[in-house]
Amino acid sequence: MTATIQRSFPGKDDITRIVLPNGITILIRANHNSPSVVIGGYIVCGSLFDPDEKLGLAAFTADALLRGSRKRTFQIIFDCLESAGANLSFGAGVHTVGFTGRSLVEDLPLLLNLLADSLRHPVFPNEQVERLRAQILTGLSIRAQDTADMAAITFDQIVYGSHPYARPDDGWPVTVQAITRSDLIAFHRLHYGPRGLVIAVVGAVNPEIIADQVEAVLGSWRNSSQPDLPILPELKPLKKTVTRKVQIPGKYQVDLVIGSSGPRRIDPEFMPASLGNSVLGQFGMAGRIGEVVREKSGLAYTAMSSLNAGIGPGTWEVSAGVNPGNVQKARDLILQEISRFVEKGVTAEELADSQSNFIGRLPLSLESNAGVVGALLNIERFDLGLDYYRHYPEMVHAVTPVEVLAAARKYLHPGKLAVAVAGP
Amino acid sequence: MKKNYSSHLFNNGLKVLLKEIHTAPLISSWLWYRVGSRDEVAGHTGISHWCEHMQFKGTTRFPARILDRAVARDGGMWNAFTYFDWTTYFETMPADKIDLSLRLEADRMINSLFDEKEVSSERTVVISEREGSENEPIFLLGEAIQNAAFRVHPYHHEIIGDPPDLKSMNRDDLYGHYRTFYIPNNAVMSVAGDFKTSELLPRIRELFEQVPAGPIPPRVAREEPVALGEHHLSVEGPGETYYLDVSYHAPAANDPDFFPVTVLDSLLAGPSSLNMFGGGGISNKTSHLYRALVEKELAVAVSGGLVATADPFLYSVVITVHPDHRPEEVLAAFDDEIARLQDEHTLSREINRAIKQARALFAYGSENITNQAFWLGHAEMFSTYDWFLNYLENLAKVTPAELQRTAQKYLRPQNRVVGTYHPTGVKVQK
Repeated sequence: MTATIQRSFPGKDDITRIVLPNGITILIRANHNSPSVVIGGYIVCGSLFDPDEKLGLAAFTADALLRGSRKRTFQIIFDCLESAGANLSFGAGVHTVGFTGRSLVEDLPLLLNLLADSLRHPVFPNEQVERLRAQILTGLSIRAQDTADMAAITFDQIVYGSHPYARPDDGWPVTVQAITRSDLIAFHRLHYGPRGLVIAVVGAVNPEIIADQVEAVLGSWRNSSQPDLPILPELKPLKKTVTRKVQIPGKYQVDLVIGSSGPRRIDPEFMPASLGNSVLGQFGMAGRIGEVVREKSGLAYTAMSSLNAGIGPGTWEVSAGVNPGNVQKARDLILQEISRFVEKGVTAEELADSQSNFIGRLPLSLESNAGVVGALLNIERFDLGLDYYRHYPEMVHAVTPVEVLAAARKYLHPGKLAVAVAGP
Repeated sequence: MKKNYSSHLFNNGLKVLLKEIHTAPLISSWLWYRVGSRDEVAGHTGISHWCEHMQFKGTTRFPARILDRAVARDGGMWNAFTYFDWTTYFETMPADKIDLSLRLEADRMINSLFDEKEVSSERTVVISEREGSENEPIFLLGEAIQNAAFRVHPYHHEIIGDPPDLKSMNRDDLYGHYRTFYIPNNAVMSVAGDFKTSELLPRIRELFEQVPAGPIPPRVAREEPVALGEHHLSVEGPGETYYLDVSYHAPAANDPDFFPVTVLDSLLAGPSSLNMFGGGGISNKTSHLYRALVEKELAVAVSGGLVATADPFLYSVVITVHPDHRPEEVLAAFDDEIARLQDEHTLSREINRAIKQARALFAYGSENITNQAFWLGHAEMFSTYDWFLNYLENLAKVTPAELQRTAQKYLRPQNRVVGTYHPTGVKVQK
């Protein structure tokens, strides 16, 4: 990769980072090649704060933010957005609620106003809350029929056990039924505030003007009640392989997820594990897993591995969608590949291929405003440093096969894996 | 408008479209063949899509598994799609690596091996791909609707093909299909990104012009007769949720009526994004159907879909029915909304709003070089690139009177198939 290309990535000299007195962090990068602008960010009020009996509260609250504010009804909010061809949405994760929006650059002030209004002054109209509840419950009923979703939920339950990460953010029908409008109001009042809020803006903008605009709509926000995140318990490793099946009759295909817990994003093993994962089930046509399960055996259209690393312990998993008659065969092949991976690691050539892929694909992942917003939020969330993407090639190159093997052995233990199956 | 792309016709009939965009160090290259599921006959349904899979199984120069590794090593993204009217292959690469993509596409235009063993393992991969889709109620319903809507025209069957054909087709069928349709005079190449036309064009010519032309394969041209009445059908399957799919015979992309129908779709079900890559969409919460069905709690979601096809296909509205209601009630409310568009003039203000939304979606899509190269070639599969360049202008010309006329012409019950997904797990109501 040439030095010129590397300098075109976001870095200290072209990212504006401002922290407002109320704790909000603003990240801005200008891109005058596009007439549009993308915003993204997060606020620390995810499902970790949900009581077990009201699981889904954070997600319900986030979904309801745009259903009406002190100044605007639901239809007015969406009339403003859709008339401008803009969009804005919220979605809850475990730690945070994320938001994302996009508009033509001339409509950015409108977008920022609507964002601030929905974050600060939602009123949760009763009629809208009930309508939304029916939509969420239908979504959960569809989820219960989705083999991939149910395999993923079951996998997390096995890996995380009693850890709060075992809980699905959307909750369950019975817990969503238990949530009242007062719960939404109380959750919002307690948890929504400027502390920990991060917003990134990328597009054809002047950073100074945008910083002032963000401050104008969010700078006066205060909430002294925002609690600290609950302290996460230690994750207990599996003592043996645990297999669980969710029966979904009438379906044509089974989804299968096999794996274990994985590193946190900030752990030193993250980069070696990430490159190892590429060799295992990503590179080219989904790495070794794709080669064995799809290319050689013809057992699946999708077969791959993924490493999901966040603030707390992540997962390292292999997934495949197979005919009900081939589950055993696919499972055995995947277990065999995991064992080989943990025993022998990766060759120098395999590692070099994946390193080259990680570095070579950066321009593609950073070409759009949305891609850069994602990169800026990644930098902020994990404190990677504003020059992270400029140094990324060196960090990728520094990983050795020995480090990959050590990371594989730390997390993947054949004989102590989670196996989740969902389907007929 | 100043022309910002160039078009070239090679001696062997290959058409090449090039568009320089210097915003990111990337080049996206697409090779389009005029072959898709509409070129298939009974017994061979799904052959175009399976053939597309076989194009990743190697040539003598680029054996299987070498190709994907080479592209991945360079940090490229590549894939292929099979549709009703076309099959396309693309690579988006760092600008200095594009030569690999050009070499491999020129090679597999003529030299793919279709090895017997690879055909055999890919058979079950394709069947598995189909089984994954069959898990989705909306796929099952959509397939039944297509079958009912097209008795004569080859848009009758799903692109992935029917299970008996996927089990019975053999290597020679596939190879024959490949050799018939994969010829330069049946193809269009579109490349967008960070290059100089004066340097790239000679290289493309050097690699592709040597591939010999062949006889242009005839297209199955069995026009669908006008439907004589409304079709109703139902599909049963697991779950607790009813779905309703109302599909009207719609104009082809090249028909001037395509633009008013696009605006009708935008008013009814919200603006559809033309972007294949990047951009995201716009929500539809102020659309007529959202207000009439979702806000009235008859449905929990609604979406519309109009696709650009060479021959008339379908305009489909898919509705997820509210658990407290039944599809018949939803259809009655739906029909009231259609009647409003047929009986009353839409306000110009509403049309202008649809145009602004389309303009925004266009801007979002332009950020992405892959998307730009996609459109440069895609429009050629049913019209020319001018279709895409004039799209916004043509939408802006739509008048209230034209909207009313096209609503009356296309959104008639006699012109539609109404499909219902009946969930077998639905709880008995009190």
